[in-house]
Amino acid sequence: MESYFSILFTEVYKIFFLLVPVLVSVAMIVWLDRRVWAFVQKRRGPNVVGPFGLLQSLADALKYIFKEIIIPASSNKLVFVLAPVVTMTLALISWAVIPFGEGFVLADINVGILYLFAVSSLGVYGIIMGGWASNSKYPFLGAIRSAAQMVSYEVSIGVIIINVLLCVGSLNLSDIVMAQQNLWFVIPLFPMFVIFFISALAETNRPPFDLPEAEAELVAGYQTEYSGMMYAMFWLGEYANILLMCAMGSVLFLGGWLTPIDIFPFNAIPGPFWLIFKILFLFILFALVKATVPRYRYDQLMKLGWKIFLPFSLFYVVLTSSFLLYFDLLPGK
Amino acid sequence: MAKEKKTLNLNFGPQHPAAHGVLRLILQLDGEVVEKADPHIGLLHRGTEKLIENKTYIQAVPYFDRLDYVAPMNQEHAFALAIEKILKIEVPSRAKYIRVIFCEIGRILSHILNVTTQAMDVGALTPTLWGFEEREKLMGFYERVSGSRLHANYFRAGGVHKDLPAGLDNDISEFCEKFPKIIDDLETLLTDNRIFKQRNVDIGIVSKQDALDYSFSGVMLRGSGVAWDLRRSQSYDCYDDLDFKIPVGKNGDCYDRYLCRIEEMRESIKIIKQCLQNIPNGPIKTEDGKISPPPKKELKQSMEALIHHFKLFTEGYRVEEDEIYAAVEAPKGEFGVYLISDGSSKPYKCKIRAPGFTHLQAMDYLIKGHMLADVPAVLGSMDIVFGEVDR
Repeated sequence: MESYFSILFTEVYKIFFLLVPVLVSVAMIVWLDRRVWAFVQKRRGPNVVGPFGLLQSLADALKYIFKEIIIPASSNKLVFVLAPVVTMTLALISWAVIPFGEGFVLADINVGILYLFAVSSLGVYGIIMGGWASNSKYPFLGAIRSAAQMVSYEVSIGVIIINVLLCVGSLNLSDIVMAQQNLWFVIPLFPMFVIFFISALAETNRPPFDLPEAEAELVAGYQTEYSGMMYAMFWLGEYANILLMCAMGSVLFLGGWLTPIDIFPFNAIPGPFWLIFKILFLFILFALVKATVPRYRYDQLMKLGWKIFLPFSLFYVVLTSSFLLYFDLLPGK
Repeated sequence: MAKEKKTLNLNFGPQHPAAHGVLRLILQLDGEVVEKADPHIGLLHRGTEKLIENKTYIQAVPYFDRLDYVAPMNQEHAFALAIEKILKIEVPSRAKYIRVIFCEIGRILSHILNVTTQAMDVGALTPTLWGFEEREKLMGFYERVSGSRLHANYFRAGGVHKDLPAGLDNDISEFCEKFPKIIDDLETLLTDNRIFKQRNVDIGIVSKQDALDYSFSGVMLRGSGVAWDLRRSQSYDCYDDLDFKIPVGKNGDCYDRYLCRIEEMRESIKIIKQCLQNIPNGPIKTEDGKISPPPKKELKQSMEALIHHFKLFTEGYRVEEDEIYAAVEAPKGEFGVYLISDGSSKPYKCKIRAPGFTHLQAMDYLIKGHMLADVPAVLGSMDIVFGEVDR
């Protein structure tokens, strides 16, 4: 009985030490996003609250907490309240399998990548629930769009992951990182990395794929009826998802916690820091893309997903597997 | 049994971020495809035309700033031209050049706003902020010459209110040197951008004939390939002496209109440069004391000047009985003033022909069959400002 409690305690303790840094970095990343965006636009961005405006997100969070939560009279109240909770929860539980270093992972499960894939597929439910429960036209249109969009790009991300898995021979995320000790997958699978990056933009509803909340057309899409902390939870969930996609990209293609060069000044830096650097690098790319591109139209987005990305990544699966077969490089032999 | 198709009625505006002010569009959607667009206007109606009937000719000028508030002086120009035509006033040469310089600045002001908001309507936010940096400088010029950044109240029948302040011509020409570089920067973000092109090419096409039938003017007409520009075809002020091109489009889609505006900005810079080079010295308004107020220092010495001053600022000048139509090429198209005077110091009727109003009529024709996401793109390329549509 005692051992049960001690296991429970250590697990809760571990989860706590994973989630708090994730939530804090989500707040920081919002600040970074706004700063990068502002610099591209010749503005200053948030620079008043705290040093360099670092506490801006905290101030915003406080503001949201004190705002009134308005639940529309005609909405389906239970689902309406549940939607942001679902979004946020799903965005956070995926972090359980991300390895920060060798053996430095909350749940070192053998189907890690499948788990990640499954949870991020569920992410669309939060949006659909929010859009449907609002019982209003703009959120409804936004929800329909995002359902179609996320499902389409999920498919191409799945095929891209198959490429990586072919080279690794395991679904365990730590194994995927260790397989890149000699060569990061970004080099042999570079086209896949590019498509992964673009699909990740679409998966997280970032520009140029921010159709579900396209301001110029749908006001704020599925978030239109939300206010106060419920709106903030959608927002947090969205950024936690972006961060997760960056982490996934670093683990799959950029060698996770591995150093780029195994010589002195570099290999002295601990693994988790390398992972953080890589996540930041990808995130800054995300932010720069947001600052420079217009938005796709709904039909163009679907065309890109199904007619270009999917065939190309399927073709690349064939290419990768035949290459591995021909040169007898298949893992696990 | 035929099943009746259910359409979704969507209220687009007036509180919509892409409604360009207070447009209320009632859209009938079949999925994402627009079947019918019904624009409702009038939410910004202020009764400008009626108000002008109760003001003297001098007092009426500021109302023109508040029509298309993106390029105020171009509207004042049309009103000034109308009065000048009735009164047959000869405008001094320097005044003509100053007016042309500021009309072209107004054109750039309007086109920057429009090109960048068109980009914003299709989702690119950065060009807007780059462009507004430049608008800020141009509004600075407005402020230095008239004392006000937006509602200038600067043009008068017979000239302009005051001469250019010292150093302004240098600063404007310095701006003209730098601005083409900014247009280049904007173009790198938009012109060859694959997504921007996908969102604008072949969207909202207007054929040559339809453009004429809907009585389009300005870029909406030139984008469809009709080289019609009042500055050339019914030249006013000193446009005859200036060398500039009229950019025309080919397909008449949103993208062509965007390109036309970009080119027109470059032409405007050319016009301003020529004006600054050739601007003569001399008076800046007609010296007829019955129409323009006397210089302040004369008031203390000349009885006649004092009487003129008193008459002008109490009763205003009288305009003989006549009616006239005067039009200018405003950034958005043909802006006209139809003025009926009855011999008193107030207009009997002042009908304003705003280009945006005629363009908005074609909304349904332009958007039918396109998708919801194209509504802001088409609206953006029409260059609607509600100050002039609702008047």
